[in-house]
Amino acid sequence: MQREWMTIVAHQSIASQTYLLELQGSLPQFVETPGQFVHIQVSDDFFLRRPVSIADVDSDKGTVTLLYKVMGKGTDALTRKKIGDKLDVLGPSGTGFPIDKLTTNKALLIGGGIGVPPLYYLAKNLKSKGMEVTSILGFRSSEDVFFTEKFQALGDVHVATNDGSMGTRGFVTDVIPQVDGYDTYFSCGPTVMLKGVKEQLKGVPGYISIEERMGCGVGACFACVVECADEEDAKGYRKICSDGPVFRPEEVVL
Amino acid sequence: MIDTKVDLPGLQLKNPVMPASGCFGFGREFAQFYDLSHLGAIMIKAATATKRFGNATPRVAETASGMLNAIGLQNPGVDAIIGEELAFLEPYQTPIVANVAGSTMEDYQEVAAKLGNSTVSALELNISCPNVKEGGVQFGVDPELAYTVTKLVKEASAKPVYVKLSPNVADIVTMAKAAEEAGADGLSMINTLTGMRIDPSTRKPIIANQTGGLSGPAIKPVAIRMIHQVYQAVDLPIIGMGGIETTDDIIEYLLAGASAVAVGSANFKNPYICKELIDQLPDALSAHQFSSVKEVIGGAHYQTTST
Repeated sequence: MQREWMTIVAHQSIASQTYLLELQGSLPQFVETPGQFVHIQVSDDFFLRRPVSIADVDSDKGTVTLLYKVMGKGTDALTRKKIGDKLDVLGPSGTGFPIDKLTTNKALLIGGGIGVPPLYYLAKNLKSKGMEVTSILGFRSSEDVFFTEKFQALGDVHVATNDGSMGTRGFVTDVIPQVDGYDTYFSCGPTVMLKGVKEQLKGVPGYISIEERMGCGVGACFACVVECADEEDAKGYRKICSDGPVFRPEEVVL
Repeated sequence: MIDTKVDLPGLQLKNPVMPASGCFGFGREFAQFYDLSHLGAIMIKAATATKRFGNATPRVAETASGMLNAIGLQNPGVDAIIGEELAFLEPYQTPIVANVAGSTMEDYQEVAAKLGNSTVSALELNISCPNVKEGGVQFGVDPELAYTVTKLVKEASAKPVYVKLSPNVADIVTMAKAAEEAGADGLSMINTLTGMRIDPSTRKPIIANQTGGLSGPAIKPVAIRMIHQVYQAVDLPIIGMGGIETTDDIIEYLLAGASAVAVGSANFKNPYICKELIDQLPDALSAHQFSSVKEVIGGAHYQTTST
């Protein structure tokens, strides 16, 4: 992990309140696994950094692609940063999906809202290892949808929207019964979605990526902890920012 | 050559800058950014008698010029801290100040006694954590309880004791005097101010614990005022903390009466902050015509003579 002033090389709106930000610097070469994130200092006006997961890495260009949703003042201020501006970035942070250890042949990716982006870099990695990828992407409404074509280039894609304006009406959990043949699942999204997915896919090997308000983002402040499911666990907790954000679903209490 | 050394009870500091308790873990995470032996000292995360999970999440929320936190003293317990964390820190040869917390008088005594037999240089008595249901801050807002717990901790351990005062009191001087009468070797001030934020969309407090401790530059003027008051009333050295981000902030604390300073939540924003401030301090002192740190301490209380 390092702190670097990265240059903005692309910044555009790609869906409702959702932006794509591409940053150039030396940080991308240190990304180890999909699912890792960067911690962005938007400006001196904000006291805490914003964690944003890595949606793609281009090692030739030396860039990381980030997708973020405007959630408050900090992310709103971030939308006003221009191409050529520099951002104070800490990263790559966290422990992502353990792609080197997988014995997966057919992967099911389940993403909800702004939990979709890290699954894109994961899908690319899985595909390049010769694995088959099916994706279920859930959004609130058609205007929130992004990246479906990019996922389609890597495998089958099913879209769900809460209001039915695109794909299946409902949640990702309503689509899961429509797909089969997968041996491992990978999910990222709001905790309530992860809970539903974990319940529905009990018995299927999986990995989930958890979101939480963070303090330091380096594992020192204990702001973003999650309880261990195993009561006998020596520590009893995991730090989302450093032990995670990716965990086995059976490892943690959602 | 600017002299940055400061000698305090139990603490021979090569410079007056140390990370504050709770904002630096036990140092491991920051050791990847710089060599911890640069630090004047390290105030490690609070130790309780047995391991604590802490509060439900969310545990933090951003505020204007600061943040709220309600971690709830999560720690692996004093035995694991002594066995694993202190062992990790030992090679850095940097004085360690161990933060002692508890729910009962007995807890405090037990933790202090165990740390008293460890390699730490001093104890910081945490009677001011606003985020735990029992103990913690209740000892820090009642001068009689503060006196009693300080005295018990002093009896339980031979290490110098710095009592960490809570700003959530009407009269900080009374609290400082109670600690002094009980035999404290120094004061550490201030802990966080209790605060709350409510999310308009959920209509609920953002932090699961509802209230949290406010830290960051927002509380610096409160800390400076309290240190300025206490410096005049008691004869104990003060380690000052609250919103330090620049070398001028450090100088402000020293002028108010602090002998050393701790940098807290700024470590979250910039993990290199302590090292950067230590590197910049000599030039900053010279820019203000000081030749040593000692010369700055309490400077705001002296009559300045015009030349």
